[in-house]
Amino acid sequence: MINTGNGNPVIRNCSQCLVHVPDLVRYGSKPRREIQKDTSVLAQVAASLRAFEEAERYPPNQTFIGNLTPDALSALPRPWYRPEALEQHGRPTTGPFGEIISQDLFYAVLKCANVLTPALIELAAEGRERIEPLLNNHPVLSPFDGLDFTAAGSFQEEIDNGSALPLYSGDALRGCVRRDNRAEGREDDNLDAHTLLEALCTKASGAIALQWLLHREGLGAEEIDYVITCGEEAAGDRYQRGAGGMAKSIAEMCGCTNASGMDVKNFCAGPASALVTAGALVKAGVYERVAVVAGGSLAKLGMKFQAFVELGIPILDDCLGAMAFLVTADDGVSPIFHLEPGTIGLAKVGSSTSDEAVYRELILKPLQKLGLNMTDVDKYAPELHNPEIMEHAGSGDVVHKNYRMIAAMAVMAKEIGKPDMPAFMDRIGMPGFAPTQGHIPSAVPFIGHALQAMQQGEMRRAMFLCKASLFLNRLTELYDGVSFMLEANAGART
Amino acid sequence: MLKGKKVAVFGERDDVSGPAVRKCVEAAGGEVIYETTSCFV
Repeated sequence: MINTGNGNPVIRNCSQCLVHVPDLVRYGSKPRREIQKDTSVLAQVAASLRAFEEAERYPPNQTFIGNLTPDALSALPRPWYRPEALEQHGRPTTGPFGEIISQDLFYAVLKCANVLTPALIELAAEGRERIEPLLNNHPVLSPFDGLDFTAAGSFQEEIDNGSALPLYSGDALRGCVRRDNRAEGREDDNLDAHTLLEALCTKASGAIALQWLLHREGLGAEEIDYVITCGEEAAGDRYQRGAGGMAKSIAEMCGCTNASGMDVKNFCAGPASALVTAGALVKAGVYERVAVVAGGSLAKLGMKFQAFVELGIPILDDCLGAMAFLVTADDGVSPIFHLEPGTIGLAKVGSSTSDEAVYRELILKPLQKLGLNMTDVDKYAPELHNPEIMEHAGSGDVVHKNYRMIAAMAVMAKEIGKPDMPAFMDRIGMPGFAPTQGHIPSAVPFIGHALQAMQQGEMRRAMFLCKASLFLNRLTELYDGVSFMLEANAGART
Repeated sequence: MLKGKKVAVFGERDDVSGPAVRKCVEAAGGEVIYETTSCFV
């Protein structure tokens, strides 16, 4: 059996935040398409939005920021969105891992994410009294600068002629996002207001997560060596759509003056691939402190809104996810990130047409390299989509489906009997608690809980299983998978 | 049951994928005329 440590890096800290943006749901891909077909849909969306207080107290959201453990969430009767469930938890905006950010605070950060003149984001002076104190008095985000305001009348015409998109809080016009108005920008659909809003939302939410990571770690921004982002946006103009630059733009916004960065893309498995890359860079001694940052996805807001509207349920996919992870050399305390040869599970090209072969590559082979059985792992974290979002839309409980496959693999490996599957799934499983934000739910929201449990001696090993629907790019019929193992540090266990 | 039948396969990434269903169908003597795997997340 390979010893822990072994020159491996650790995941030393994390931040997990949500950004509640009900009035951006209309700009999510699905709502936007439906509104373009039938403008009355906009009113249906507006009538189904949640107030901040409801999103704040929503048990899955409280689990995301660490105020509830997944086991505690599992014990709560559903539906979790009902008022009685919300009342049990007061209104804790912050948790051990981060914060649930309000829409008006996010607009302030969005404004700070703009670096251009004329600005891509304008905020209306009429909202200044409400918005300005939210940022200036914020204990973590107040270092962001660039917040200013202008009279709404100065950009109303651009909204009216369609070159800018309005930003609302309820009925109040808070500002706008412009298209790139340079001559070459006006000819480029990749630089229209909507596409730029997607990228700016990823940048701003990613910067929130990185700022929270620095705060939680008590680390100066200048001490970060490298930033790797792993979002699903595609920033860039017509000649380099999706070419990158997100990581360095977030590093710049957070004052990481000694860092450079790059973007890692792998669909939903982006965070796992980025963490493996970060870990390898640290293990090789190239960098000392690498931050992996995942900003949120505007496109996936309201992805399942139609079911909620039809059923009279609040639209629950109304939050951007934002996470950041700090990867460093072994500090003797933080959970070990296993990177020995063969311990990272991969869905190889040659095995990707068989579920059984993929799961063997993702689970059994890495465990074999570590000298472990499936039953030696305390928790498996697969795609952690909130079932309450998925089931109403007819997509079923994605987490449960993944556990069924994991348990089936344990049966095939002859580690458990078929009748033992339900008990095994209960022991190694957890409910989904992440919003449907593509890369955000992909196993890694359990990292905060795993770090906490391992440092408190309550957990030995957790395996993270991430999938990526590569076939959506229409270039291949393959999907990808990445798995990795965290193990409590011998220093923390003694 | 599927011998000689033409079958359209709808798989799901987070459940049973299209290729896995295809293997079962073909093993049972069916002919897959359409196969897709969807991602609902």
